Formats: sequence, structure tokens, C-alpha cells
Amino acid sequence: MLKNLAITSSPHVRSSATTRRIMQDVCIALAPAGIASIVFFGGSAAMIIAISVITCVLTEFLYQKLMGSKITVSDWSAVVTGLLLAYNIPASAPLWIPVVGGVFAILIVKQLFGGIGSNFMNPALAARVMLFVSWSGIMTAYPNTRFMVDEGMDAISGATPLAGLAKAFAGTGAETASIGNLLLGNVPGVLGETCKIALLLGGAYLIVRQVIDWRIPACMIGTVAVLYLIFGGFNFELTVKELLSGGLILGAFFMATDYATSPQTPLGRIIFAVGCGLILFVIRFGEKTYPEGCSFAILFMNVCTPLIDRWTAPKYFGEVKKHG
Amino acid sequence: MAKKNTVPSTLLNGLITENPTFTLMLGMCPTLGVTTAAMNGIGMGLATTFVLVCSNLFISLLRNIIPDKVRIPSYIIVIASFVTMVDLFMQAFLPDLRSALGSYIPLIVVNCIIFARAESFAAKNPPLLSLADGLGMGIGFTISITLLAAIRELFGTGTIFGAQVMPESYQPMGIMTQVPGGFITLGLMMILANAARKSIQKRRAARKEAAA
Repeated sequence: MLKNLAITSSPHVRSSATTRRIMQDVCIALAPAGIASIVFFGGSAAMIIAISVITCVLTEFLYQKLMGSKITVSDWSAVVTGLLLAYNIPASAPLWIPVVGGVFAILIVKQLFGGIGSNFMNPALAARVMLFVSWSGIMTAYPNTRFMVDEGMDAISGATPLAGLAKAFAGTGAETASIGNLLLGNVPGVLGETCKIALLLGGAYLIVRQVIDWRIPACMIGTVAVLYLIFGGFNFELTVKELLSGGLILGAFFMATDYATSPQTPLGRIIFAVGCGLILFVIRFGEKTYPEGCSFAILFMNVCTPLIDRWTAPKYFGEVKKHG
Repeated sequence: MAKKNTVPSTLLNGLITENPTFTLMLGMCPTLGVTTAAMNGIGMGLATTFVLVCSNLFISLLRNIIPDKVRIPSYIIVIASFVTMVDLFMQAFLPDLRSALGSYIPLIVVNCIIFARAESFAAKNPPLLSLADGLGMGIGFTISITLLAAIRELFGTGTIFGAQVMPESYQPMGIMTQVPGGFITLGLMMILANAARKSIQKRRAARKEAAA
């Protein structure tokens, strides 16, 4: 009889949520956007996604093998990093770009700081910024989608929806992509941030599966919306277009919600997300050299995460505030 | 240190054992600030070495005269005199290098390597040893930052000492000549330096064991 009474220390109720399960969920959620990018940009998009994922997984495997530590490739986190990195690269980029980015993301940003859970920045985003700062020409040469060439436009226009919108807000140009095209992803941009329907679908899946906290994307997108309404003279159409342009949706659902680099507490997450939205707005609206500030905003708040966690740490029951 | 300081051991100390950049982590400001091209690294290193050698020598000579309470201002006067000499010399004979290094040359006055060696070595040791210490530390610093600068120049612009090394098709990695590149390269070099030091210590311990 007694041998049926297993004596263990708490916790007694275990959740089925393992790192592997969560990461697989994220991959499922990212899949529609990947498929959409292949539809819009063709085989080069598929190549970039494949090379980025393979580089990330291989780098993680080789590093852990060389260091003689436990090999954690099977937890799928490197696959997620690879996918996110690929989604931040334009389809016209040469194939060494995802290789350099993948090695940087996994080796320098993730493994050298202690591997999964210990990285202080989102690896994919840090790699994106590194690539962007180093080779900005390549990283901002956004090719048109395959369906835009038919309309007689240049093969590589370089003008992103964001650049057009900035002009529209300033009142110096009115030509912006339609909301329909923005939602579908029929606009120039990097692979993953074009098709907003696919991204929203994936984001909704993650929220339903309780993989991510709804507070982060809701507060981040909400902050940007409110700021654009106030400073853009309550122009609802342009505000909606602004929300659907650039990396905001991808960043808010898939990058800002990274466990290791976002706060633990609900209040902390709200502060974090509002901060992301605020910085994104300041860079997009105020800074003229960078049309997009999503990656910088999230990285900056990543670095603030330990501070936010400390401010918002819950008090122990019965704890008395110390005076003097 | 139990072992008695000799001139060769003091020289080696600054070059390797207590390398200012990789072991003591002193003088990080010029280390990160000017190392965008190998030539700047060498220029900065040699200017610092000159000041370090001279200030160590003079502070050691004056070590019994300087009252303890005013030693820091006295060190600054000695160091600043030599920095002014270097600065004027470079303005006269190496104007290009001087303008590339900018305010980092006058800032050698507050370089913590020089202060640290004055305070912890020259003030307690005879002139010849202090001179050797300054020379070792200075050359150790020069080699470290020139190496760092050469790596950054190689990836950031595809050249070393201004000569094209990378093939024409190489796309320069812009971040390497910017501030983050300096931090990342320094960190990676420090990993290598620490790993090398550890393996040397291990080998030495094994040899000692075998001998015993």
C-alpha cells in the first residue's frame, strides 16, 4: 500500500507546458506568415527562411557540442529564433545575410550569455539590428511583391508603406498603400512583417493557447494607436494604416512577448509594452533617419526588463513597508 | 607578491600576467574609443607608453620627496607635463594621426593605467624597476589595442593599416567600426585571453605535479 504513496516536494500539480511544447506552438503560429511570404516573394523567401533556421539550429548544436554542455536543440527555441530572424530580412538579401545573422543571434546574443532563458535581449531582434546597422543598404532594399510587378511598378522601389505614411502625416504626399493591401501583405517589406492577416491569426492562436500574455501586444499596439491619434490630428485612416505597416504587429505578438526578455508580473508587462509603444512612436514619428523603430524599441525595453521586474515584484503577504 | 621583482619579470608582468587591457581592464575609454583603425591603435598605444614610462620614472625618483597627502595632485602635474609634450610633438610631426585621435590624446592625463601604475608601483619601487614596469605595461597596452583595432578595421572596412586585405566583393560590416562593435570584439577577445590563461595555468600545474 505504502509504495503507492509517492512522497515528493511541491509543486504537485504539473502543467503540460514544456519549453518544447511552447516553442512548437510559436512555430505553428509563425507558419501562416511564412507561407504568405513565400506566396508573395517566391522561392528566395523560402531559401532565406530555410537557411536562417538551419544556421540557428546548427550554431546552437555545434556550440553546445564544443562546450560539452547539454544539447538543447530539441527544445525548438533555435528554430523560433531562426524563423523570426528570417522574417526580418527582405527577400532580395543575399544568402549570407541569414547565415551571419543566425550565428550572431545564437552564438553571441544567446549562448554566450548562458543559453535559453538567460539571454538579456531577443536574439533574433539583436541580430536584425546588427544586420541593419552593418548593411543597411541590403536590409532596406525591399523588393515589391510578385503581384505588384504586374501593375507596372519598378521591381525594387525601396519605398515602404512607412515612408509613404510619414509623408502623408507631414502633409507632403498622399500616396499610401490601401488598408486591404496592407492587411494582405501586398506591400514591399521584409519577409514576415508583410502579411498582417497571417500574423494576427498566429497571434490569436498564441493568446488562445495561453502561450503569450495578451497584455503585451494589446498595450503596445494601443499605445502606438493613441499616440498617432493625438499627434496625427485624429486621422483614423492613417492611424490604422500606421498600425498595419512595418514591424509593429510582428514585434508586438512574437518578439516583445519573449519570456526571457519581458517582465514576469502583469503590471510589469503593461509598463514594458507601453514603453515599447512609446519608443516606437518617438522613432517613427520624430526621427527622420529611421522610418521604423520597432526593433530598437523592443530591444531597449528588453534591457529595462530586470529593472521593471524589480519595481513590480509582488509584496509578500503581511510585508510592512519600511520607514526610514 | 612573494617573488622579488626583477627587470625582466616586471616587463613580462605588464605584457602578459597583468596585461592592462585583458587582465586589469584599465584604460577602457581609449581602448573602445580609438580602436577603429589599426594605425590609431598603435598611435594611441605608443603615446600612452611614452607618458607611462616617463611618469613612472619621475614619480619613482620623487617618491621619497612627495608628501603623502598631496601625492595625487603631484602625480597629475608630472603626468600632465608629459602628456603636453606628446600632444605638442604629435601636432608638430604627426598632424593626421593627432586629428584622428582627437581629444583622446589630452585625455591620457586621466588614463587610469597611468594612475594605477604610479600609485601601485612607481610610488613603492626604485626607478629602474618602475621604468621597466611602465615599458611593459605600455607595450602590453599597445599590443592589445592594436590587435583589437586591427580586427575591427579588418571586418569594419576590409583593410589593415589602410591596405586592402579582404577581397573586393567583401561588404564591410559597418557595426564593427561603431561603438557596439568595439564592445563585442573586446568581449570576444577577453574570452580568448581568459581561456588561454586558464589552459596555461592548467598545464603549468600539471607539469609541477609531474615534477613532484
